[in-house]
Amino acid sequence: MAGNLVQGAVFTVMVVRAGMLRDPAFEHELAEQILRSPRFFLNAPVVLDLKQAAEFTNQSEFVEAREILRRHTLTLIGVQNAVPAQLEAATGAGLASFAPNAPQPSRSTPREPTRSAMPAAAAKTRLVTQPVRSGTQIYARGTDLVVTAAVGAGAEIIADGNIHVYGALRGRALAGAGGDVDARIFCSRLEAELVSIAGHYLVSEQLPPEQQGFPVQIALVDERLTVTRN
Amino acid sequence: MAGKVIVLTSGKGGVGKTTSAAAFAAGLALRGHRTVVIDFDVGLRNLDLIMGCERRVVFDFINVINGDAKLNQALIKDKRNDHLFIFPTSQTRDKDALKRDGVGRVLEELKDSFDYIVCDSPAGIEHGALTAMYFADSAIIVTNPEVSSVRDSDRIIGLLASKSRRAEFNLEPVAVHLLLARYSPERVRKGEMLTLEDVKEILSIPLLGVIPESESVLRASNTGTPIVFDEESSAGRAYHDAVARFLGEQREMRFLQPERRSFFRALFGRA
Repeated sequence: MAGNLVQGAVFTVMVVRAGMLRDPAFEHELAEQILRSPRFFLNAPVVLDLKQAAEFTNQSEFVEAREILRRHTLTLIGVQNAVPAQLEAATGAGLASFAPNAPQPSRSTPREPTRSAMPAAAAKTRLVTQPVRSGTQIYARGTDLVVTAAVGAGAEIIADGNIHVYGALRGRALAGAGGDVDARIFCSRLEAELVSIAGHYLVSEQLPPEQQGFPVQIALVDERLTVTRN
Repeated sequence: MAGKVIVLTSGKGGVGKTTSAAAFAAGLALRGHRTVVIDFDVGLRNLDLIMGCERRVVFDFINVINGDAKLNQALIKDKRNDHLFIFPTSQTRDKDALKRDGVGRVLEELKDSFDYIVCDSPAGIEHGALTAMYFADSAIIVTNPEVSSVRDSDRIIGLLASKSRRAEFNLEPVAVHLLLARYSPERVRKGEMLTLEDVKEILSIPLLGVIPESESVLRASNTGTPIVFDEESSAGRAYHDAVARFLGEQREMRFLQPERRSFFRALFGRA
């Protein structure tokens, strides 16, 4: 089916202003920058921003730009803000066209977009202070779940993040429900019917008997749920 | 007068809701409180039998909800205690006859003339049980010391916290109490039953009383006499204690140890 052939995805891509390639100091500064964090730049994809760079009109100039960036372990994959003539030349050089909404670099050297970006505001942890009774379901969407009471048999607590139960966990606990394999489950007393992290689960009779009734944490290690005493 | 609505509920059937509702209502009446006990188990009418008034039922709860009879036509006055009234239900209808608005209206009317309105809930978590608990000010969770009963009680406590009128209108939550019925200290000692501590720990609600398993309860049911009228019975005394605690008295828990049965055990039994 066509739906399986094409899938959408979002990537972080560095943007280099085309004018900078003409700057004699550019290659030197770029090399210094890369030296500081070589792994970050290794084979990193780059988009050439053609805004205020009307001089780039030949296919050979795009090929040359690709060669320059290649020397510094970067891979030129496309252009943005291209006028039609530039776009034609860039396409001829095997480059893709990107929408012009990416952030513009303000300095003369490429930034590390993911590292310099402000951390997103942390999602507020869902806090439950009453016992979670049998038949109740609680879902902490996109965040952690903290329960400061017992979770009854037949209750279900779900979080996209970690789950903490400061009490007996007798029901089901599903952490990393959105697929986060690093999510963990912590509880003061393990008596759970089922525990799950990112879809990997153990039912009560698969939980190690020697850990039952004790404070534990449960993590996903090498695709296996491991229970360790806290 | 603004009476308080108390529901006896459990989720699970057969744990002693009706017996407890009858005993609790009679216990309140014996202490001088004007009390009515209502049967919410439409179609499975039992409360009238337990209260010994089955031959005096003319009109019922459903008739009053539907406006076919007046309240004072349907209420049956207990022959043993002037403060106690029984409000039987219909045996021919089903739970759908319990219209929430109608039930609310009848309860409001009862609040004018009674101190306590004791509602005997049907088992389950369907319409009948939900309607019985909806208007409650207090709930008494009748539980037996076994895992399925405890789990069902846990479920019911959750429903009281989310589906009651008090929860819906963000009022002070329903006051929830635990009544542990059919407790056999001997079987607990043998490990055949959950201990009181286990049940308290799992449900984590205040304990109103522990009713010992007793043959006198069956006898009382079959003769239509609420067990609190039996002064000899340990179960009857335990219900009296529970009523007293409900009214705010401090009383020591009794009947938690196995009874000493033989002379031999009396001599050599454990201290």
